[in-house]
Amino acid sequence: MIEGQPLIDFGWIAGHLESIGQRIIQHLQLTIVPLVLGIVISMILAIWAVRQRRAYGPITAITGLLYTIPSLAAFAVLRPITGLSLLTALIPLTTYTLLILFRNFVAGFVAVPADVLEAAEGMGYTRRERLLRVELPLAVPLMIAGVRLASVTTIGLATVAAVLGDTFGGLGQLITEGIQNFFPTKYLLGAALSVVLAFAADYLFVRFERLVTPWAHARAGGR
Amino acid sequence: MTGLATQGAVVQFEHVSKSYDPAATRAKNVPGAVNDLSLTVPAGKICILVGPSGCGKTTSLKMVNRLIEPTSGRITIDGVDITTRELTALRRGIGYVIQQVGLFPHQTIGENVATVPRLLGWPKARLRERSEELMGLVGLDPAKYRDRYPSQLSGGERQRVGVARALAADPPIMLMDEPFGAVDPIVRDRLQNEFLRLQESIAKTILFVTHDIDEAIKMGDLVAVFQTGGILAQFGTPLDILAAPASEFVARFVGQDRGLKRLSLLRVADVELAQAVTARPGDSAADARRRALDDPLRYLLLIDASNRPLGWVSHGDIPAEGVLTERMANPVSPVVNKRTTLKDALSMMLDADVQTGIVVDRTGAVQGLLTIDAVARKMRDGEHAPAFDRLAVEGATGEPGEDEAGSLGSDDPGAGGGPDPLDPVSPLEAGTGQS
Repeated sequence: MIEGQPLIDFGWIAGHLESIGQRIIQHLQLTIVPLVLGIVISMILAIWAVRQRRAYGPITAITGLLYTIPSLAAFAVLRPITGLSLLTALIPLTTYTLLILFRNFVAGFVAVPADVLEAAEGMGYTRRERLLRVELPLAVPLMIAGVRLASVTTIGLATVAAVLGDTFGGLGQLITEGIQNFFPTKYLLGAALSVVLAFAADYLFVRFERLVTPWAHARAGGR
Repeated sequence: MTGLATQGAVVQFEHVSKSYDPAATRAKNVPGAVNDLSLTVPAGKICILVGPSGCGKTTSLKMVNRLIEPTSGRITIDGVDITTRELTALRRGIGYVIQQVGLFPHQTIGENVATVPRLLGWPKARLRERSEELMGLVGLDPAKYRDRYPSQLSGGERQRVGVARALAADPPIMLMDEPFGAVDPIVRDRLQNEFLRLQESIAKTILFVTHDIDEAIKMGDLVAVFQTGGILAQFGTPLDILAAPASEFVARFVGQDRGLKRLSLLRVADVELAQAVTARPGDSAADARRRALDDPLRYLLLIDASNRPLGWVSHGDIPAEGVLTERMANPVSPVVNKRTTLKDALSMMLDADVQTGIVVDRTGAVQGLLTIDAVARKMRDGEHAPAFDRLAVEGATGEPGEDEAGSLGSDDPGAGGGPDPLDPVSPLEAGTGQS
């Protein structure tokens, strides 16, 4: 930090709103794409694991293993294959969501009460109808809980993608540049915006969950 | 009631067995096995499957909608082997109610009730109409409940929704697995009564599982008592089973108080009534006294102008001349009607410390007398009913046995003189003698 310089230079912020906005959009891209891919992959894995209980252990082990790979190491491994591209950032960020999402999705299915499943079967639901109209809707609250957690984690992790390049670096780029240039405004702003994004995402999913599962929040005694 | 047209169908088990391999049985709580079950449930009757846990009653029930497949034997509905029907079509044609109800938490009550019609692809407007009709049928105001979620209902209300949902597509058969087991006794009693009333109008064939012998006796037209190992220990009407348990096991299962239980099933109408010597205030005392002395009771029942009982006058209290007055009447005997259960009537008589109850009709007019002696005789008669053999043969040959349940208490009440109120009789003796 340079002597006499204020901790946060509001003048600089005001002068760079456009590039800051750019970084936020990049960061959202680094978050949303892995999240969507993660949700799709985890859903398929979860439905498979619920039908084939034997699959649950191996899938958990593999997603857990992927989760433990340090992100920088993953980038290093992928770089010879995918280069300094956005894809190199998206692949590890996607794999990191799998453990959380898969386990929560399975938990969502497992939490569907046995009596509800029995009633559905006894009344003549086909397997497909039961999955789509009973199990999936009832698994939604726990699934969204997993998505909330994964989104917050991914927003934080995505800052590391800055090492891959300027063109898609997101808020991590602000933080790295701030540290390199001894300019606290930049890295504090990058960190703060990342935290704000995480809170916002969390809040949005909470609202979304209430919207799509009114039954889970219905109070005794009527509406 | 619109839309409730389908009446019950005959459900028949033919030498049905279900065994589980020993490894699976050890692994988790597998339902009980079933051993060579042959049983016919006539159309429109409630058949209760009752027995201790692990006796195979729930397994038997679930084999009807093929949630469990038998190891051998076959089950038919109206003569058609159930395995020849498409599985989902079979299940959509059978109402299914379970103890935990299994309502869909994410659907409103209206949507829950319309489940099977929706699966069958009914048009939307009809779903809604049917759903509201069914809610009304089970005593839930559609305007109040239609848009609520199951979590907003009490246990009893949820169970009503469960019954409504099972009836929604008007199936000829209902399978009910301890449907009232999870609610408190007061609510259970009310639900049972309402369900019996409902059944009078819908006349479904109902297979109903319970472990509670009292519920079995109350709800069943027919009762199948299972014992451990999936063996059908006895099949018959509740009265037959109480009067003549087929084995030591059944006798123990129905309990020491089976005599009292029979009393609660029998009504005053089932017993031969004695005729009272009656007179009205203002009648000649001398004539009344002579008539009282002629009667074994030696009591005179004073009645008013509308034949309503005023009370007893002992022959000793009747003056030699003059007229009878209302003041002479001693109103000690309990007044019962033909619908009163013998258990209640007997209890009232014991409370009043008398041997005789006065039976009146709806207007309160005297119809006759119920004596403890007549009750005791009725109980003794029932003991000889060869209930088990008769029904077992019917079950095996597939004869639906058109009227097992209707034959309650129609036995010849036995000849013999009028009741003697002075003869001490224990009305419970006959019922407890064998256990």
